[in-house]
Amino acid sequence: MTALLTAFLVSVIAASTPLLLAAVGELVVEKAGVLNLGVEGMMLAGAIAGFATANATGNTSLGLLAALFAGVALSLIFGLITLTLQANQTATGLALTIFGRGFSALLGAGYVGIAAPTLPKLQIPALSDLPIIGPVLFSHDILEYFALVSLSIVAFCIRKTHLGLILRAVGDSHDAAHALGYAVVPIRYAAIAFGGALGGLAGAYMSLSYTPLWAQDMTAGRGWVALALVTFAAWRPFWLLIGAWFFGGLMYLSLYVQALGVPVPSALLSALPYIGTVVVLVMISRDRRRIRLHRPAMLGRSFHARA
Amino acid sequence: MLKIEPRGLESKFWRYASPILALVLTGLTSGLIFAAMGRPAGLTVYTFLIAPLLQQDGLAALVVKAAPLIMMGVGLSLAYRANVWNIGTEGQFTLGAIFAGGVALALPDAPAWIIFPAMLMAGMLGGMVSGGLVAWMRIGFNANEILTSLMFTYITQYLLVYLVTGPWRDPAGFGFPQTAMFSDAAAAPKLIEDSNVHIGVLLAPLIAIGLWFMLEKSLLGFQFRVLGQAPRAARFAGFSEDRLVWVAMLVSGGLAGLAGMLEATGTLGQLTTNISPGYGFAAIIVAFLGRLNPLGVIPAGLLLALSYLGGDAAQINLGLPNAVTGIFQGILLFYLLGCDVLLLHRIKWRRDTVRIAR
Repeated sequence: MTALLTAFLVSVIAASTPLLLAAVGELVVEKAGVLNLGVEGMMLAGAIAGFATANATGNTSLGLLAALFAGVALSLIFGLITLTLQANQTATGLALTIFGRGFSALLGAGYVGIAAPTLPKLQIPALSDLPIIGPVLFSHDILEYFALVSLSIVAFCIRKTHLGLILRAVGDSHDAAHALGYAVVPIRYAAIAFGGALGGLAGAYMSLSYTPLWAQDMTAGRGWVALALVTFAAWRPFWLLIGAWFFGGLMYLSLYVQALGVPVPSALLSALPYIGTVVVLVMISRDRRRIRLHRPAMLGRSFHARA
Repeated sequence: MLKIEPRGLESKFWRYASPILALVLTGLTSGLIFAAMGRPAGLTVYTFLIAPLLQQDGLAALVVKAAPLIMMGVGLSLAYRANVWNIGTEGQFTLGAIFAGGVALALPDAPAWIIFPAMLMAGMLGGMVSGGLVAWMRIGFNANEILTSLMFTYITQYLLVYLVTGPWRDPAGFGFPQTAMFSDAAAAPKLIEDSNVHIGVLLAPLIAIGLWFMLEKSLLGFQFRVLGQAPRAARFAGFSEDRLVWVAMLVSGGLAGLAGMLEATGTLGQLTTNISPGYGFAAIIVAFLGRLNPLGVIPAGLLLALSYLGGDAAQINLGLPNAVTGIFQGILLFYLLGCDVLLLHRIKWRRDTVRIAR
């Protein structure tokens, strides 16, 4: 029983990590009033960049760095088109996803079925050997810890710091922020780049830790689930964690039940996390007042400085 | 430095020139990408964009691929005009194919005059069910249609996999994940004997023209345009937003379902695990390339169809993975959206003459 519980908790943390990383990044982007629907594309770019680099150099740290840069590079294309050229954010985000899918498939064509080094689990002497607590809390790879750390830092910054206040001002009223002398467009660029960095790392987690192989479209919609998570959490950081665990749990369950040989077709079980996303989204969104209260008021709107 | 200044009025010239500029820039950029990969850029772009048309039956292949893209692009133009962001056409396409395939498998002996209309209705119904669910969730529960429609794409794909590997699998198919072939009576009528050119090739432009009239000349179309451009004005005028969302989702979903049904009966003749090479997503680009105008969608659909043929040609002749198609499509959409800045703005090269004295 303890073994089962331990395995369950460890798997849920693993399954929730890419969702959490990508969602924390997107949260910052949306807090700045920008809706970047390209998360899936940035994740895929990060996944192949990380995988290819780790494969070529044998060094996973370089892989993570490459994934981060790939995510940032893609996000800056999005920034250029939506902020400088003021194009529609919804459509540009879609373009980013389409481009990221194609780009990663092209780069990854030579890497299908090849192994790369995986992220090492960071063992902490003594603590990692504790029953249950050891494997659940103290034997993860760096990205699993980093996801939680980045969430805490972002939560703290948004709520308690001047920086967070500026970010929220830009997202809630870009005209007011501009009138106060804040550089709306550069701040949004920075937020978008941050989202790209975390999106890229989320992808790297997929290809260097979760299923350490490259496969086309390997993120399988997790970027979109991460986007749904931000709405689900109503733009409040710690709810992201609850949401990520919930969806991570659903993803694990759909695999676990298949492995048990329960007579439910595996294809239908695989659809479970997506059905769960729709159901939760519908339940959460019903409360229009709460959504309107927390939603950054300028979300998805272009900003053009007048004078 | 470069300055972006508002024009005040929309530029008529750039309205038509910006898609062409975007196309040229896309060609140049993809050439550069190929060159960076160590391929001869000129040859690749030629193989991608021109060679497919020179092949025997190249034009027939082009119009057959363009038909579903045009149908879906037209539906999306309508929806996007009203700010209804249906991005789940891929799923609506698939559900249309599933519904139509179910009819074909249930009635293997029915004569053509029964089965083809039945499949037509079933295909459209499938797309409308999928689109209608999204509309219901947006109107009744305020759920964001971008996310729900996309989630339905994944759910529908798994449903298809379940059906063709489970209850609908062809018992005589050696275990391959596919259904039995549909009966000859269920095949979409051909416009040209012994070719793939089916009735969808005729239907697609007719639907485009019909919806153009609806959008430009009818009160309903006017309401769509007002809702998209000035939602507050639409509310003051008493236009029902809910009704327009329903119409947008049912029409775009129904057309996607029709496209899926025609792909299943006209091109494939059975259901397999992958019936769409990303048509649903390409249709989004088609809608934007056509400037959200049903008539503009026709040439846009032909161009995106060419990108699929080009991807195949690049794979066969140059050994490039056909993911090249996705890159081309993504870059094209980037440039299209980016170039539209020229519609309402002009870019000026100007020195900063005014400096604040310290």
